[in-house]
Amino acid sequence: MEILMSLLIGVIFMSATYLMLSKSLLRIIVGTGLLSHGVHLLLLTMGGLKRGAAPLLGQQAEAYTDPLPQALILTAIVISFGITALFLVVAYRSYQELGTDNMELMRGKEGNE
Amino acid sequence: MSLLHLAIIAPFILAIFVPSLHKALPKIHTGWFLLPLPIVLFSYFLSFLPQIIRGEITMETLNWIPSLGINFSARVDGLGLLFSLLITGIGALVVLYSIYYLSKEKEKLNQFYVYLLLFMGAMLGVVLSDNMVVLYGFWELTSFSSFLLIGYWNHRERSRYGAQKSMLITVFGGLSMLGGMILLYLMTGTFSISETIAMAATIYGHELFIPALICILLGAFTKSAQFPFHIWLPDAMEAPTPVSAYLHSATMVKAGIYLVARLTPVFALSGLWVWLVAGFGILTLFWGSFSAVKHNDLKGILAYSTISQLGLIMSLLGLGAAAIHYPAVEAGFYTVAVSAAVFHLINHATFKGSLFMMVGIVDHETGTRDIRKLGGLMSIMPITFTIAVIGSFSMAGLPPFNGFLSKEMFFTGMIRAQEIGFFNMETLGLIFPIVAWVASVFTFLYSMIIVFKTFTGKYQPEKLEVKPHEAPLGMLISPIILVSLVVVIGLFPNIVAPLINSVMASILPSLVAEGMKFDVHIYHWHGFTPELFMTIGVIVVGILLYKFMPRWTGIYNRMPEKFSLNSAYDNGLAGIQKGANRFTNAYMTNSIRTYLLYIFTFLILSLGTTLIVKNAFVLDTANVANIHAFELVLVIIIAIGSVSILFVKSRMTSIILLGSVGYAVSLFYAIFRAPDLALTQLVIETVSVALFLLAFYHLPKVNKNEEHMRFKMGNAVISIGVGVVVSLIALSAHSSKAFDSISQYYIENTYKKAGGENMVNVILVDFRGFDTLFEIAVLAIAALGIFSLIKLRLTRGKEQG
Repeated sequence: MEILMSLLIGVIFMSATYLMLSKSLLRIIVGTGLLSHGVHLLLLTMGGLKRGAAPLLGQQAEAYTDPLPQALILTAIVISFGITALFLVVAYRSYQELGTDNMELMRGKEGNE
Repeated sequence: MSLLHLAIIAPFILAIFVPSLHKALPKIHTGWFLLPLPIVLFSYFLSFLPQIIRGEITMETLNWIPSLGINFSARVDGLGLLFSLLITGIGALVVLYSIYYLSKEKEKLNQFYVYLLLFMGAMLGVVLSDNMVVLYGFWELTSFSSFLLIGYWNHRERSRYGAQKSMLITVFGGLSMLGGMILLYLMTGTFSISETIAMAATIYGHELFIPALICILLGAFTKSAQFPFHIWLPDAMEAPTPVSAYLHSATMVKAGIYLVARLTPVFALSGLWVWLVAGFGILTLFWGSFSAVKHNDLKGILAYSTISQLGLIMSLLGLGAAAIHYPAVEAGFYTVAVSAAVFHLINHATFKGSLFMMVGIVDHETGTRDIRKLGGLMSIMPITFTIAVIGSFSMAGLPPFNGFLSKEMFFTGMIRAQEIGFFNMETLGLIFPIVAWVASVFTFLYSMIIVFKTFTGKYQPEKLEVKPHEAPLGMLISPIILVSLVVVIGLFPNIVAPLINSVMASILPSLVAEGMKFDVHIYHWHGFTPELFMTIGVIVVGILLYKFMPRWTGIYNRMPEKFSLNSAYDNGLAGIQKGANRFTNAYMTNSIRTYLLYIFTFLILSLGTTLIVKNAFVLDTANVANIHAFELVLVIIIAIGSVSILFVKSRMTSIILLGSVGYAVSLFYAIFRAPDLALTQLVIETVSVALFLLAFYHLPKVNKNEEHMRFKMGNAVISIGVGVVVSLIALSAHSSKAFDSISQYYIENTYKKAGGENMVNVILVDFRGFDTLFEIAVLAIAALGIFSLIKLRLTRGKEQG
């Protein structure tokens, strides 16, 4: 399962990279969203998959899944959500102000402060 | 702090007070406040003379950074004393001259004298320091103060150009010299020059010897304007004439000579040193005297003449270093080159100083320095004429002036060069006397040009801006003192012989046995020797060349200007700027895509090569969980979802696909026993998709034409590379677990110590609560940022609409 997951993560990273290299700002943000999914899955996979019960003591199991990667991923999810939300609002505002979402048109100019 | 240290830093102390003195007493020319200092210092250094002649060396140490071996140690030996006397003596004369030269009303005198004092102190520090780091510090200070003085009239473009050029070249050399000194330190473990000299034999043969030698010589050659670094000196002539007379003829340009002389005992064992110093010296001598003839500006001629004479001294020092190899051979046979170098050093300072001051007077009284406009000034400015005649004839090497004597000794040294039986001197040594002779002819020629083109011939008052008249007495005092020295040393050369002896003892310490001294005697008449015939030849050929000057000066026009060293420097500098600009513009495209490409390419290359080079890829299937059909379906859904985002044309579809991937990921969390993650992911994915739709909805109308992604091969290759590298690293990382997880602790203690049953939540708020605190902060900042982005509408000004 871990090998399959590693390959899947590679596919997600590949798509995310391709999206981030595109011209449209919205696609870049879609790419970062995809990239964070990939990273979260990577964290989970590296912690080992299906090694026991869910990390709740009420389960009374002999072995539990590693709770630490889950805590890390939970933090990462929240942070990447915050960033994505901010990023989207920046994109929304730049549509409003600049009238474009083409990154090739949003270059800084010489001597611009 | 001893009196000696005080003497070195006295100019700096006075420099602090100069501006306030200038302000408090504006009626008095600021130069008068300075004048006593060099005179006092000169007499102070004169008081060292008896003990130096006896062979006693004074050494005073002041701790500065003892832990690094860097101490302000001042050492007075023959060489240091000679330079100190030159610096303070000519310094006093230059200050006196500048009082009459620079106008009290028009010039910013306080700046001028502060720079001059800085320079004087720095120069004293250079020649009296025994510690290389301290020497380097003072050395750079001379570069800086010279920069300030050359650019003194900073409203002129040429001044700024000259100052920048001299700064770039001398600082380049200075830094290289610092490198050489550090290499010396690595070999010896001390920064002290005298201790380094004592270890000369061990240094020779060390693998760092040659690099250190070259680095040190670069510093000396750039400072002393040796070929091809001489190009800064003619442009430094934009400085006020007192500065040119002081810095660029008598003192600063001799700092390189000082360095070579000082470190001769360290490096002279090497044939490379002898060849480099003598070879570049003789080349500079020839090139300087050859180029001087074509100039029309008096200061330009003097600048090239200085270059040429510095080359002369340098070549003598180089050949004299060979004497170290023959301590036993009849005393004084090779050392004559060193004594000639020292003698000419003194002579050059006297006559070149007076010539610069003479040119300054001519410039001051006629308004021009162009020899094509000057002429017939002999009867109008008789005293200046006399100064020019004595100075130039001495420079040309005519009897009875001191230049004659040093030129004879120079020829002697050069003739003996071919008798040095090693370093290939026996075959190539013949070059030295021949080149030296040719260079002397040109020296004779430009010396005559200076005198006769300026003072004889047709008087052309219509070309002059002011009506010429003799200079005021105060301006004439300094050059008169200098030319009287020229005559006195010329007539009674042996009054400086004891000083020369002690200087030679510093340059060639290994040749002086206990209690012995060099015994230099300078004679006017030494029989019908080859040197005499060489001098006669110089005069005859020189006069002939001068007579027929218009016929052959055409050869100077044959040398194309674009191959000159100056244009090489200018084009080089412009080329570096242009190249750097082009380079930056080439990779800084202002497009985020390009930068991302750099980042991803670097990621692939660095991680990929590390995987290959370290042979790090391993695949271990022993420890993997089994795959259920349901999970396989989920994997396929996510894979298809994420890849198809790349190919869909509509943005709406891509948002929905991203959402589907997100929900599938939350299903994965559920399968992999992570209920909290599944919950959070579901909620957050929903909100995110809503936000994406919001952004999508607000797309401006013009761009709403659905544009599909054009396929780009480069992007595809890079992204496949990223995916492959990440997969490979994930596989290898999973297959090579170094040690077990620490999670057993959390599992055991979640209830016992924290009183909770949900391990993930206990970790989040109890074991690792700090993470959560700052994660909350991140959310708060994001919320505030969003709020202000939407609410705050500051436009860049009404006119931009």
